[in-house]
Amino acid sequence: MDLRLQGAVLAGRAASALSRRLGRGGGTVIGGHVVTRLAPRALAELSRALPRGVVLVSGTNGKTTTSRLLAHLLAGQGVALVHNRAGANLLPGIVSALAQNTDWRGRPRAALGLFEVDEATLPHALGPAAPRAVVLTNLFRDQLDRYGEVHFVAELWRRALAALPAPSALVLNADDPLVANLAAAHRGPVVYYGVEAPEPGGPVLPHAADARLCPSCGAPLAYRLVYYGHLGHYSCPACRFQRPAPTVAAVAPLRLEPTRTLLTLQVPGGQLALALPLPGLYNVYNALAAAAAALALDVPPPAIARALGSFRAAFGRLERVAVGDRAVSLALIKNPVGCTEVLRTLAADAAPKTLLIAINDLFADGTDVSWLWDVDFELLAEQIATAVCSGTRAEDMALRLKYALVAPNRLVVEPDVERALARGLALTPPGGVLHVLPTYTALLAVRAALHRRGAVGAFWEN
Amino acid sequence: MAEPTAAAYTLTLAHLYPELMSTYGDRGNLLALQRRAAWRGIVLRIEPIGLGVPLDPDRYDLYFFGGGQDREQAVVADDLQRKGPALRAAAAGGAVMLAICGGYQLLGHEFRTGEGAALPGVGVLDVRTVAGARRHIGNVIVRCELDGAVRTLVGFENHSGQTYLGPGARPLGRVEVGAGNNGADGTEGAVCGDVYGCYLHGSLLPKNPWFADHLLRRALVRRYGVAVPFPPLDDSLEERAHQAVLARVRTVGRAAVGVR
Repeated sequence: MDLRLQGAVLAGRAASALSRRLGRGGGTVIGGHVVTRLAPRALAELSRALPRGVVLVSGTNGKTTTSRLLAHLLAGQGVALVHNRAGANLLPGIVSALAQNTDWRGRPRAALGLFEVDEATLPHALGPAAPRAVVLTNLFRDQLDRYGEVHFVAELWRRALAALPAPSALVLNADDPLVANLAAAHRGPVVYYGVEAPEPGGPVLPHAADARLCPSCGAPLAYRLVYYGHLGHYSCPACRFQRPAPTVAAVAPLRLEPTRTLLTLQVPGGQLALALPLPGLYNVYNALAAAAAALALDVPPPAIARALGSFRAAFGRLERVAVGDRAVSLALIKNPVGCTEVLRTLAADAAPKTLLIAINDLFADGTDVSWLWDVDFELLAEQIATAVCSGTRAEDMALRLKYALVAPNRLVVEPDVERALARGLALTPPGGVLHVLPTYTALLAVRAALHRRGAVGAFWEN
Repeated sequence: MAEPTAAAYTLTLAHLYPELMSTYGDRGNLLALQRRAAWRGIVLRIEPIGLGVPLDPDRYDLYFFGGGQDREQAVVADDLQRKGPALRAAAAGGAVMLAICGGYQLLGHEFRTGEGAALPGVGVLDVRTVAGARRHIGNVIVRCELDGAVRTLVGFENHSGQTYLGPGARPLGRVEVGAGNNGADGTEGAVCGDVYGCYLHGSLLPKNPWFADHLLRRALVRRYGVAVPFPPLDDSLEERAHQAVLARVRTVGRAAVGVR
């Protein structure tokens, strides 16, 4: 490592440590800003120093859980990792994690870098990081005010993949036509994953689907089976584009339970049954993505199945914490498809529920809350005992529930997140669960409020 | 809030291209119309009209046309030409139409792309749209005069097309906050008879219930004459949401402005 980079790394780490000491949060981002400012090529140089290279995970939904599953799989193999676990997934967050990982002589402590990357940041990270594997989960409409349309992001990715070194593996979701279509952008090996079990699928595309047109020729796609959003078994009647056969698949039997999933994993060489300790079909996709990536990194299949069975949920992804004699279940919501799948998972248990839904409209949340009207809150409407609506857009949320036919006397509007949490806990019967569904910045506020109640550790320690 | 079992009055709405033109929560507009009708004992039937589906102009009281992504919009523009005569007949016959964003642009005469190509529209709104270099993104407050009353509409715009009104259209309102039709003349939306177009997502109608009721009333008058009972609803939550947006936008501004 050259002296300039070494100095930059030390300065960055000092900034992170200072930020943490001042109680300004985990210091996960500030250090990266300092390093990049002092050494603009830091990402490339720090990545190159890692003996087992870098893996990038990107996509609209499932980045954090997929990369945490993969981290768990690799840790089980004794691979020392540097990982942006807290989800700081823009360039400064990644550089900061790399700087933290460097010892005083400028050498990396870890062997492999595992980074989740924001969709719009991926094109900027791909060249410098020269990853040995890239995992792409899905593309759904998300924060249209910030990213624009899904086809726009797909096109950015297609161009960016030209920088992926030829021997590197590209891990793609076979069931998402926008993602599967990216295989042509890479000269090297492609590993597809997907769901083969027919039971969770349906014949009709839901209203919030984004990819009704063939990404290759523009004709309407024909779906034999739809799992959720535009994920399913599709083919184009006009050109030859069709769903590729997955190398790693969830085959029948597949059983979705309220708190876990019984999964049959098909990998080259056989099938493995396991209990994934995460609920929801979207977590099946996350597990498949992690398994496919692990396979591309030469982890043996039995070890993959074992590790998936012993995973713990990530920050704010259906994580459950105890608060006195009640429990709080946290599930980040940020776009129509992801939120609808969280609701579907909650609705699988038909018991009456107390909810806290906190909708902020700050930049990191997306400033346009129109998406709330594309979410199927109707799935849960009859199970809502009380919903406390909070955040800067508390009233929008309450109105959405009124039009999902939740009686107004079951709705509480409390814009302040901390007060809303207290209200929600008071409305939850002892021994019961408060289901908290916050947008990103509201999740941070909820975590901080829970922390003040002594309920959880700060998330960067998680 | 129970749905009525036997309805004295029924309206039928054509939802144009629901699969391709429903990107920004515009479905909330249909929910608002349907619920607000039901709460008054009126049934609103919604029928999807997609690609290649013929359109019977005598069948529908209301039409809704949402916003879409560019790719989808080009496919729709092509199909729409075959529905043009039916839509023009419906508009001439006084059917009530609401079009948002991409749908608004396509109800006009044409959309001229950045490459100079012209996508023809239906021409039931006397407006023309040209692609702009800058994207207008953010919260919007519109002052609006309809039926002699001045009221506000709140919503969220996200468009790069710039729409200009011809002499046959009047603006739906004037922007207090936001870019509006073209970022230059201070107008937002267009009205020709009972055809309404605008750039307001949000969704538009739930937070602006007076406008939803205006559309329903116009459709009822056309179908049944003036005698249909149309009692007021308890709109305290709607009003609270409307006021919250006004307050938030007037204090913190419209947030994301032309970021792309």
